[in-house]
Amino acid sequence: MSFFSARKAGAVIGALMAVALAGCEQPPHESAQNGYRGTGMNQIVNKETVEVKRAANVVPEAQPPADADGQRASQAYQNVQVLGHLSEGEFLRVMTAITEWVAPEQGCAYCHNIENLAEDSMYTKKVARRMLQMTQTINANWTAHVGQTGVTCYTCHRGQAVPQNTWFSQKGHEARGSAADPMGHNQPTKANGYASLPLDPLTSLLLKDGQIRVAGNAAVSTGGQGESIQQTETVYSLMNHLSSSLGVNCTFCHNSRSFQSWEQSPPQRVTAWHGIRMVRGINQTFLDPLQPVYPPERLGPLGDAGKVGCATCHQGVNKPLYGVSMFKDYVKELTPPK
Amino acid sequence: MAMLSFEKKYRVRGGTLLGGDLFDFWVGPFYVGFFGVTTAFFSILGTALIFYGASQGPTWNPWAINIAPPDISYGLGLAPLMEGGLWQIITICAIGAFSSWALREVEICRKLGMGYHVPFAFSVAIFAYVTLVVIRPVLLGAWGHGFPYGIFSHLDWVSNVGYQYLHFHYNPAHMLAVTFFFTTTLALSLHGALVLSATNPPKGQIVKTAEHENTFFRDAIGYSIGTLGIHRLGLFLALSAGFWSAVCIVISGPFWTRSWPEWWGWWLELPIWR
Repeated sequence: MSFFSARKAGAVIGALMAVALAGCEQPPHESAQNGYRGTGMNQIVNKETVEVKRAANVVPEAQPPADADGQRASQAYQNVQVLGHLSEGEFLRVMTAITEWVAPEQGCAYCHNIENLAEDSMYTKKVARRMLQMTQTINANWTAHVGQTGVTCYTCHRGQAVPQNTWFSQKGHEARGSAADPMGHNQPTKANGYASLPLDPLTSLLLKDGQIRVAGNAAVSTGGQGESIQQTETVYSLMNHLSSSLGVNCTFCHNSRSFQSWEQSPPQRVTAWHGIRMVRGINQTFLDPLQPVYPPERLGPLGDAGKVGCATCHQGVNKPLYGVSMFKDYVKELTPPK
Repeated sequence: MAMLSFEKKYRVRGGTLLGGDLFDFWVGPFYVGFFGVTTAFFSILGTALIFYGASQGPTWNPWAINIAPPDISYGLGLAPLMEGGLWQIITICAIGAFSSWALREVEICRKLGMGYHVPFAFSVAIFAYVTLVVIRPVLLGAWGHGFPYGIFSHLDWVSNVGYQYLHFHYNPAHMLAVTFFFTTTLALSLHGALVLSATNPPKGQIVKTAEHENTFFRDAIGYSIGTLGIHRLGLFLALSAGFWSAVCIVISGPFWTRSWPEWWGWWLELPIWR
């Protein structure tokens, strides 16, 4: 009897194919063309994956409109620092909405001392106030990124007190043995897209104003011009974060024949450029400075405050909540007072 | 055309698959056969259409000529001639020409009473091409997923399609294909070097035989695959390279739509180090 029997070989091949297919997505897929035909600038998405995402991105109904007339909230209540310009009805309406968006189970008591709603004893209330100011700032000053769709608390929170997709700075290298290297390689994380790229591209590029433009101007860079390979890898890592946050591939914003050329890039790259600046802006102005306010259990491994990245709003969708605007029902509440 | 004195005796009648005696003749050194005629038909028509497409395009620069497939919105239907229809006809011509050439090789094998190793090997190359322009586009539901016919344009396509999966080096089949390509060149260089060294002894010595070749490798690595075996190995390595190349692109899209690094999640989740 031969060692290589056809039956044995068939069984082995069958088992291998079953293993291989188990790790895969099955057709059918949907494709979207993002460039001239034949350039390969396509987005291919799995229909099942899209259905799951769509179900996870259903927008809650808006609260019924409130009377804009009547006493101002700043007169009706004490210590209303951000929303004092609203009517009492509007103020209660947006408070109800925030509870539904951020702390539906915990209720008012998540941020307020129920005995005295006006006092600021709870850290959550201080954070919530800054977050309201942040939301107002985004809707007023960052329309280059959020357009008229705007953002609400729900864009990030989705019914959870702490948004799912925030990030903290990471310690240097934790890989051991021969896998250890000072670049943060060999440590697959969500931030680096599970590739062997630097594990924390976000601190240097989404909190600090690190250099993202790494493409050289010459075919061969000589004499120390241009960015280092380390910086380039960090940017590649950041771009992985952008792609996986938006559920798109590199060709959504770039024609890979020249990543740096704006002339050849799809217009989405402009939106993304503003988005990167927006994220840096709100991390620097609002989120990082909240560090002293948080209790220790809310801080990261290096003692820093939670910060936002692209995934915080986008959650795997190129337009958060598939482009449905919740802001349109709360324009007065979620823009700064005029 | 020159013909070697003994060559005539191998010009035997028969062995044709189609056409019987009708096309069973030679033109100079070339056997024609039914599939020689179809090869000529498809290749001349396809090449002429490429030139026609170039004449309708913006450039005659041979690097920049581009015959692109249709928009994805045409799905698996026919597109107007200048909007991808030309690409569709040229694709049919190319498959027709390649397959005809393979079948012509089969007929020659039959005439000579040889095995079909050469047409089989060529078929793997055809399979890789068909995977790119037929199998994968059909699985994805649009001819627009085929690659464009142009020197630079097809390279741009390769680059962009690779970046559709963020980092293509993480594609497991691509890893296998690349490994087979490198191993093929290693095996061929070892084999070539061995044959040349055995047949080029120092001045005054006689040419060495297969026994010397075998002894060299037994001394060096403890094993010699042998004179026939090295050619079996070479064929296996080369065909595997082409085969896994086809696999690596057909799984990109039809069976995996996200980033290739992300696919390795199962490895990171293995219980032994999780």
